Amino acid sequence: MSEYLPIVVLLILSAFVAGAAIALGHLFGPHHPTERKSLPYESGMTPFGPGARRMPVRFYLIAVLFILFDIETVFFLPWAVVFRKLGLFGLIEMLIFVMVLVVGFLYAWEKGALEWE
Amino acid sequence: MSIDIILFLGLAVVAILSAAGMLFSRNAIYSALFLIINFSAIAVYYLILGAPFIALTQITVYAGAIMVLFIFVIMLLGAEQTGRTPASWWMRPLGMGLGALLILESLYLIFTHLHSFPQPIEIIDGFGNPGQVGEILFDKYVLPFEIISLLLLVAMIGAIVLTKKKMKR
Amino acid sequence: MKWDDLFAILPLVVISTWAVVLVLVDIVIPRDRKGITAALAALGLIFALYFTLPQYNRHLVAFNGMVIVDGFSAFLNTLFLASGLLAIALAYGFLKRNNIDRSEYYTLMLFSISGMMLMGIAADLIIIFLALELLSIPLYVLAGFARPRLDSEEAALKYFILGAFSGGFVVYGVALVYGATGSTAIVEIIQAVVAGKAAMVLLTIGAALIMVGFGFKVAAVPFHMWTPDVYQGSPSPVTSFMAVGAKAAGFAALLRIFVSAFPYLSVSLVPILWLISALTMILGNIVAIAQNNIKRMLAYSSIAHAGYILMAVVTFGKGSAAIDAVSAALFYLLAYALTNFGAWSVVIALEKSEGRGLLLQDYAGLGKKYPAWAAAMTVFMLSFTGVPPTLGFLGKFYLFRSVLEGGFIGLAIIAVLTSLVSAYYYLRVVVIMYMQDGEPVVEGDIWLKVAAGATAVLVVVLSLFATPLLQWAAQATLQSGL
Repeated sequence: MSEYLPIVVLLILSAFVAGAAIALGHLFGPHHPTERKSLPYESGMTPFGPGARRMPVRFYLIAVLFILFDIETVFFLPWAVVFRKLGLFGLIEMLIFVMVLVVGFLYAWEKGALEWE
Repeated sequence: MSIDIILFLGLAVVAILSAAGMLFSRNAIYSALFLIINFSAIAVYYLILGAPFIALTQITVYAGAIMVLFIFVIMLLGAEQTGRTPASWWMRPLGMGLGALLILESLYLIFTHLHSFPQPIEIIDGFGNPGQVGEILFDKYVLPFEIISLLLLVAMIGAIVLTKKKMKR
Repeated sequence: MKWDDLFAILPLVVISTWAVVLVLVDIVIPRDRKGITAALAALGLIFALYFTLPQYNRHLVAFNGMVIVDGFSAFLNTLFLASGLLAIALAYGFLKRNNIDRSEYYTLMLFSISGMMLMGIAADLIIIFLALELLSIPLYVLAGFARPRLDSEEAALKYFILGAFSGGFVVYGVALVYGATGSTAIVEIIQAVVAGKAAMVLLTIGAALIMVGFGFKVAAVPFHMWTPDVYQGSPSPVTSFMAVGAKAAGFAALLRIFVSAFPYLSVSLVPILWLISALTMILGNIVAIAQNNIKRMLAYSSIAHAGYILMAVVTFGKGSAAIDAVSAALFYLLAYALTNFGAWSVVIALEKSEGRGLLLQDYAGLGKKYPAWAAAMTVFMLSFTGVPPTLGFLGKFYLFRSVLEGGFIGLAIIAVLTSLVSAYYYLRVVVIMYMQDGEPVVEGDIWLKVAAGATAVLVVVLSLFATPLLQWAAQATLQSGL
């Protein structure tokens, strides 16, 4: 457990620094909100309309594809650590895994899922 | 010995409070952020239990990718703007009553049968690190590993079929 | 990995590789020629069937105890592959007609079939969970295939949410069973229980959670709420495939786990299973009476049939009666599969766009205008009820007999009474077809007609050869050592 001590120290320090930045800014900075200052910024024009447009479904698709390839990457990690010991057989097993996902990637590419339009 | 208990209890407080925060906050985005805190606490639990690889996967996949998806979906559905949906008057009491019954039953069973629960085993040094996981993943569990690739492919095809309006081909 | 391992999973490898290749094929063929995928998918299924045949007389455990090949799994694999062929026949014309002719339908169906086959050969709880997810996820997508239509999207959403939830129950149950016995392999679980080293409380809770999860899958009461809406909203060919395949796979897992791994829990779990089985039969049959839409009626009827098959799971602790019950359940699954595809083929023939043509009234006058279709539907309704000389009658007969052998007289009585009740709503369709006047319009392509005709003929003809079929199912069970 002691090998994780540096990470804990890092977390505490970064929380401290971030918290200090916000707290100091809040304490010592000027705080005079007016009506116009708290409107959303629209490059100088006055904002009108509901201001919240429906999010395109593209974002969802990108997030789903990210998850799937992220899980594939996570599976690479244990293989990468022991792949010498596993030899040719391990390589073939990993290749099958990757090939199936490459087919998925080609499918996503051809169907236009990767285009931002 | 005592540092472990303090760590466990501290984490327990964080995990339970963040779970409660997730359930009771009005804004769905706040709930998602509380869930991220909860997942991080669980990841530290995995570290304590001696499964560093699973802890790493928890942070990378769960708190990373899946929560991103959650937040996108919440914004897609506009759920952060909706309040609580009206429910029939008997739903909450029924749910709380059944939940309390379940907890009481479980506590009773656990405490009366504590002696018959399996004992925790000693974990060897280096247990649960990616090397060990890799050795067993490609030896004993190779079939589940390949099946997972099929599952990921199916998920990909499914997501694209359901979201693409005009198919290029 | 030895050659044994490869032989054990050969049909599975054939189907999944074929499906992956079919995804690539889909990328290269142009928009209007997607029918090729259907033909290729059917070819792949036939190919896999060829590889399933040598598995019948073997008994081996492969992949470090993850999969088991025996008569039970070979029987179920054949059933899944044949269901796939029938499902393609039903879907081909329907997809073209309704403009949702996308080849992902066939690739997703092949993936689902490979998940079902994996369930049939599973010998380890981890494989069972993976198989459950692999067969369910394509079905969630397929349920929403008729996408702009609201009820199809609603069906997909409901099925997905409840299915994912039930998968969670199964995983938690598997985790508790692992904690109780120290292994997820079914053989080692049995060894731990026999040696007295298992924590029985945890094991019982784990088994109960697994039962709940699979209860959702096979639509047992009180986990059946999703069935009518999902079956009605999904495109009809998808429903027919779901009703047979997902149920059979769920029962494969229940029979495999409960009959082989949990017989020592029979004292605690049998009363609950008894209650679930009885409630399922009663509720499925009674609510079906009130249905006017044929898809909903068939949905409740499939709930009722799940109740009958659950009777076989109830006998799981009783030694030799359990073996008879398992072979009767396999036989019943076969009879149910043929009858179900047949009935749904008639539904598809009469269905119009936008979900019209699905009320019982729309079947009026079918006897006069399309006597062949009406005759086929009559055969299927009779088989569902359990009237001789159909396969359904024999299925029920064997099932009831094995339940009586197991000593569950009350359950058998409930089954007989509810079957009598079911006669009302099944024969009501026959009456409407022949005794009422109307102007039905039937649209069926050649494959639909072939499927309807073939299943109608098989349902009657096979019932004459029932004894060898039952012996085939019994042999399959005995060899598996269940």
